[in-house]
Amino acid sequence: MNYGIDTSTDNSPLMIRTTYREAVRDAIRESILKDDRVFLMGEDVGRYGGAFGVTKGLLQELGPDKIMDTPLCESGFTGAGIGAALGGMRPIVEVMTVNFSLLAADQILNTAATYLHMSGGLFNIPLVIRMGTGGGKQLAAQHSHSLEGWYAHIPGIKVLTPAVLEDARGMLWSALEDPDPVLIFENTLLYNMEGELPATAGAVDIDRACIRRVGRDVTLISYSASLFKALEATETLAQEGIEAEVIDLRVLRPLDETTFLNSVAKTHRAVIIDEGWRSGSISAEISARIMEKAFYDLDAPVERICAAEVPIPYANHLEQAALPQPTTIVNTVRRMVTRHG
Amino acid sequence: MKKKHGTTQAPAAVNSHQHLRDLLYQMLRIRRFEDKCAELYSDMKIRGFLHLYNGEEAVAVGVMQALNPEDAIVATYREHGQALARGIPMNTIMAEMFGKQEGCCRGRGGSMHLFDKEHRFYGGNAIVGGGLPLAVGLALADKKLDRKRLTCCFLGDGAMAEGEFHESMNLAALWQVPVLFVCENNQYAMGTALKYSHAVTNLVQKAASYGIDHAAVDGMDVLAVEEVAQKAATAIRETGKPFFLECTTYRFRAHSMFDAELYREKAEVEQWKQRCPIATLTQQLKEQEKISDADLEAMEQLIHQEINHAIAFAEAGTWEPVEELTRFVYSEPSI
Ligand SMILES: Cc1ncc(C[n+]2csc(CCOP(=O)(O)OP(=O)(O)O)c2C)c(N)n1
Repeated sequence: MNYGIDTSTDNSPLMIRTTYREAVRDAIRESILKDDRVFLMGEDVGRYGGAFGVTKGLLQELGPDKIMDTPLCESGFTGAGIGAALGGMRPIVEVMTVNFSLLAADQILNTAATYLHMSGGLFNIPLVIRMGTGGGKQLAAQHSHSLEGWYAHIPGIKVLTPAVLEDARGMLWSALEDPDPVLIFENTLLYNMEGELPATAGAVDIDRACIRRVGRDVTLISYSASLFKALEATETLAQEGIEAEVIDLRVLRPLDETTFLNSVAKTHRAVIIDEGWRSGSISAEISARIMEKAFYDLDAPVERICAAEVPIPYANHLEQAALPQPTTIVNTVRRMVTRHG
Repeated sequence: MKKKHGTTQAPAAVNSHQHLRDLLYQMLRIRRFEDKCAELYSDMKIRGFLHLYNGEEAVAVGVMQALNPEDAIVATYREHGQALARGIPMNTIMAEMFGKQEGCCRGRGGSMHLFDKEHRFYGGNAIVGGGLPLAVGLALADKKLDRKRLTCCFLGDGAMAEGEFHESMNLAALWQVPVLFVCENNQYAMGTALKYSHAVTNLVQKAASYGIDHAAVDGMDVLAVEEVAQKAATAIRETGKPFFLECTTYRFRAHSMFDAELYREKAEVEQWKQRCPIATLTQQLKEQEKISDADLEAMEQLIHQEINHAIAFAEAGTWEPVEELTRFVYSEPSI
């Protein structure tokens, strides 16, 4: 799959062709080489090369002290990552997918997210946890869920969702420099995405959402793989004269509401595209904030395009029907614009 | 007589007159503190969950003798004893339980979550078993940074049925990291006796199955605990390997202040009280004429004063302004 969009504003001739997977790998390598305290641990990150091939070759290059294979014990090694962070290291813990992170949920919610507060500011936890997320590969329910919005419910952690190559390359270092626990969600459909990055690409901010396409008629609010579905939809819409603005949230907690509120103030319509389930989702939160803070800017009710409220099924047609699709986005926007236009 | 840290004693000092009295003093200090906490709970000064340590004092005091100031401690929610034995000032512990901003965690942790950076005291963890992987990680950091220090992790017998116990044993042994796991086997997990929660009640066998060196000791005998803890700590410092220590003990009070203790006979409690670690050591010292009634009275006085001072400190403490509520969710640049 090739979603390649060029997000670079750098005119330097030194552009390199890369994939999302390689961008993440380069970020891991760079972080380890840059800071002696950084190491990566997780299941099959070393000898196997990573469940999604992200860490391939890094063990051979950096050695077992930096790329540590762990046994199958998500709670144990996530907790060990927290301890190592407390002990002065800067661990990157890789959990294969968010589905398995539920076995480590206690460590993430009850320990990583709480220590600073419970200790009255004494003990911060500079830990980064990376994990795959998302559906679309016919892996059935236990491998396809999108729970990043659910993690975004929790104060004390930060939640990042790199969509573009620049963020895949740049968010890790920023996360490692953050004194608090940061979760990075990599939608596994994006790993093969190709594009160009400046050879000098490095750290990016992890505070703000950004506008990936400027428009005037409707604001499409999205993140991660759904961003590209939104962008795809804008092409059809543009042919019909509907100019959509597309926002990449990038960070789900703390949520940058200014960017989407400003956009809604301009376009007067909002659609949220989220691969998570609708009930109690990040899209529900965003919708509520628009209602609370931009109600009088709206020309139409906020709409949401989320995953169907089912465990993600195996059969391709069912799975695709369960996930947000560009055609749904197009139809929704068309309806909103014509009915309330 | 107060010690700032449990420091390693030179072997010759272990049975010195002064040292024995110091052990007694520390245990007595925890006992009186806990009794006072129960009173303060009834007076509604302390709220929430309160898990007291009466009967188990020999474990914290004995183990702490083997630790250096650089070592880390990961404790459970029944941690007043460990915190006091480690040298965290009683004032800040008491103020924490009152919920005051002068408390060691500015009133955000309370009884179950005492933390102290200076003493490398990493909780106060109220998720049973949750502190174990953390201890493995702290030790892993020490190993990676080539620091010669150990992490001491307290756990209950109940925690040994959790998956995190087994994950942590495996990781500690696999990575060969310097953790001293101290199981305070008080034979109950809330109201469930060991035999109702463990298929195999021989606890050291579980550590043994991971290839971890281990020992079991009478947790009502502070000298025995100290001796085996010293040996374990020395072994860990020499080899960098984990060690599992089971201390058989008993809690004289209810699990928490909400517990009606329907699950055990009063006679059983009384029987264990006969083995009170404080009474035993006092008796021993008296028989050897190493302590007099006047010495004991002086100790009680000193402790009484310290506790009163701590209460006054806590009473005089201030409430953190509600405007500060959302602090310490994320790090502040100034910290
Ligand atoms: C994960 C988890 N499950 C249940 C509880 C409720 N709980 C609090 S203490 C306790 C018993 C633990 O017993 P043990 O580990 O033997 O420690 P002890 O209280 O005897 O010192 C239980 C079940 C909890 N705090 N955490």
